[in-house]
Amino acid sequence: MTARQVARFEIETGTAAVPASVNIRCTGAWTVQGIAPVEQPLTAVAQTDAVDCVIDASAISALDTAGAWLLHRTVRTLEQRGARTVRIIGLRPEFNTLLQLITAHAATAEPAVLPKVSLLAGIGAQTWYSLIHLTGMLAFIGESAIVFLRSLLHPRRIRWLPILHNLQTAGFEALPITGLLSFLMGVVIAYQGADQLQQFGANIFVVDLVGLAMLRELSPLLTAIIVAGRSGSAWAAQIGTMKIGEEIDALRTIGVGPQELLVQPKILALIIALPLLTVFADITGVIGGMVMASNMLDISFQLFIDRLEVAVSLSSFLTGVSKAPVFAVIIALVGCFQGFQASGSADSVGRQTTVSVVHSIFLVIVADALFSIVFNWLEL
Amino acid sequence: MSTANRNQQQSGSVIDIRHLHTRYGKAVVHEDASLSVRPGEIFSLVGASGCGKSTLLRAVIMLLQPVSGSIKVFGQEVVGLSDEEALPLRRRYGVMFERGALFSSLTVAENVSMVLREHTQLSKALIDEVVALKIALTGLPADAGAKYPNELSGGMRKRASLARAIALDPELLFLDEPTAGLDPLSASGIDELVKSLRDVLGLTIMMVTHDLDLLWRTADRVAVLDKGQILGTGSMTELSKMDHPLVREYFYGPRGRAAREQAWKRK
Repeated sequence: MTARQVARFEIETGTAAVPASVNIRCTGAWTVQGIAPVEQPLTAVAQTDAVDCVIDASAISALDTAGAWLLHRTVRTLEQRGARTVRIIGLRPEFNTLLQLITAHAATAEPAVLPKVSLLAGIGAQTWYSLIHLTGMLAFIGESAIVFLRSLLHPRRIRWLPILHNLQTAGFEALPITGLLSFLMGVVIAYQGADQLQQFGANIFVVDLVGLAMLRELSPLLTAIIVAGRSGSAWAAQIGTMKIGEEIDALRTIGVGPQELLVQPKILALIIALPLLTVFADITGVIGGMVMASNMLDISFQLFIDRLEVAVSLSSFLTGVSKAPVFAVIIALVGCFQGFQASGSADSVGRQTTVSVVHSIFLVIVADALFSIVFNWLEL
Repeated sequence: MSTANRNQQQSGSVIDIRHLHTRYGKAVVHEDASLSVRPGEIFSLVGASGCGKSTLLRAVIMLLQPVSGSIKVFGQEVVGLSDEEALPLRRRYGVMFERGALFSSLTVAENVSMVLREHTQLSKALIDEVVALKIALTGLPADAGAKYPNELSGGMRKRASLARAIALDPELLFLDEPTAGLDPLSASGIDELVKSLRDVLGLTIMMVTHDLDLLWRTADRVAVLDKGQILGTGSMTELSKMDHPLVREYFYGPRGRAAREQAWKRK
């Protein structure tokens, strides 16, 4: 920055003849980029108790709104401090117009103050928000149930195209990642188990370990978590963005229920897709265990499969797969509900998407725990 | 004085576009478009929807790379400029987007102050005051500063966007449809605002608009675009005498005539 582009000023104070007078001689560029160095000193000068003050502005080479504001502020502060006369002299006519404009608007220019919220009010607001959220979720579940019942009565109103589309994006396209992760999970379990089982010479029980762990618990849970992260979040973001763009309102005015078009197909598609994905994860998980067992414990594929028939009953497989539709409903409902909660800003879409993933994974694990208890009672 | 300033004085124009060709994917938007904007004038681009007005604006503000041609802003070539090289130039102009483009997670005051905090060394107190001043200058009430963009009406959002565009006291201001979607009262408020900004701050303004009233009231020169080419450039009075069928339709259609008569009455 050259010297020309910086604002400067010099002060002459109180001569003997005129006591308590201040002359401020301003030079240079009084622009938003140039006034930074003079801001502090000028604020200090404005605090003096001068009776007369003359601001000589004839040598100001450039003035913009920020510079004009600084001049105006200095004058105002001096006047408030009790200066009798404050004059600005020598200002170029075009700069004078600007200063007048600034002065005219100064009265209404009050820095915005964000309302402060006390701790107690904050807690109250948060509690209230949570309650509203909870009742909102309940209302949403109820609405979904009504739409579902209505479409049972009128099956022709079910929208098959969106269901197929969601089957593809949430189901078919999730196959590779689900398969890979489940395979690795099978590998890890077999690897961890092999070490322990070898010590007891109980190598063959690795089949029981992998089979039961994968089929009963891990693959339904793993699949649900993958789908919650993959599709639940996508749905929350999609619906959230539509809500902000008033697309949801547009749907309502056209006479198409957003629940019917956006939520129900997702729930139905996921109820179909998630059990299928779980079965796929079962298979790849067992294959992972099989590969590891043959590598580390010398259990051949043939032997592994023979043992699997004995170790894993049909009910084990079914208990695993039967959880999937419930997880599907949780993921789809939470994802869509959070999408509808978005309002106003891009920020809020991001927030609701995060919340949708956190809530659906949390609820899936809670539901899984409840399933364990129930199955235990039923001795399955 | 910087080289950019000197070049600008030599060529006598703030924006100089020569033989511009642009493309969106395969669709050709501009073919051999040339125009120049002089210092201190309000220059407007008009034309039917989809004729490439906004694209031209985006090319000048370096959001879109043209296929070929040259665009000089303050005498500096902007085609092919890196972000780092573009920064000093970007500080010298402000842009008001058609739909406001305010940052939705920040309040209006924060939207404006962000620019000042990024690019100046002023104290927080002074920045807050300057921000309040800008908000007042654009005709927004003082309490609008503490509001978030989604709490504002369309017209207020436009004003807030304008306040952000003039935060750094730019020498050049780009306005994309400054009055679109506004009620007549707010729109004529914007007319006055645009004019007074130019008159008082000495800005050069380049805008894209469909608003014939705004054109008659503010524009010094207007370029008519059609199918990626510039049909003509001149003052509104000059253009209204042009003999091109499209231009005639533009000015002598029912809306064009009403706006023209209004303009004559004012004179």
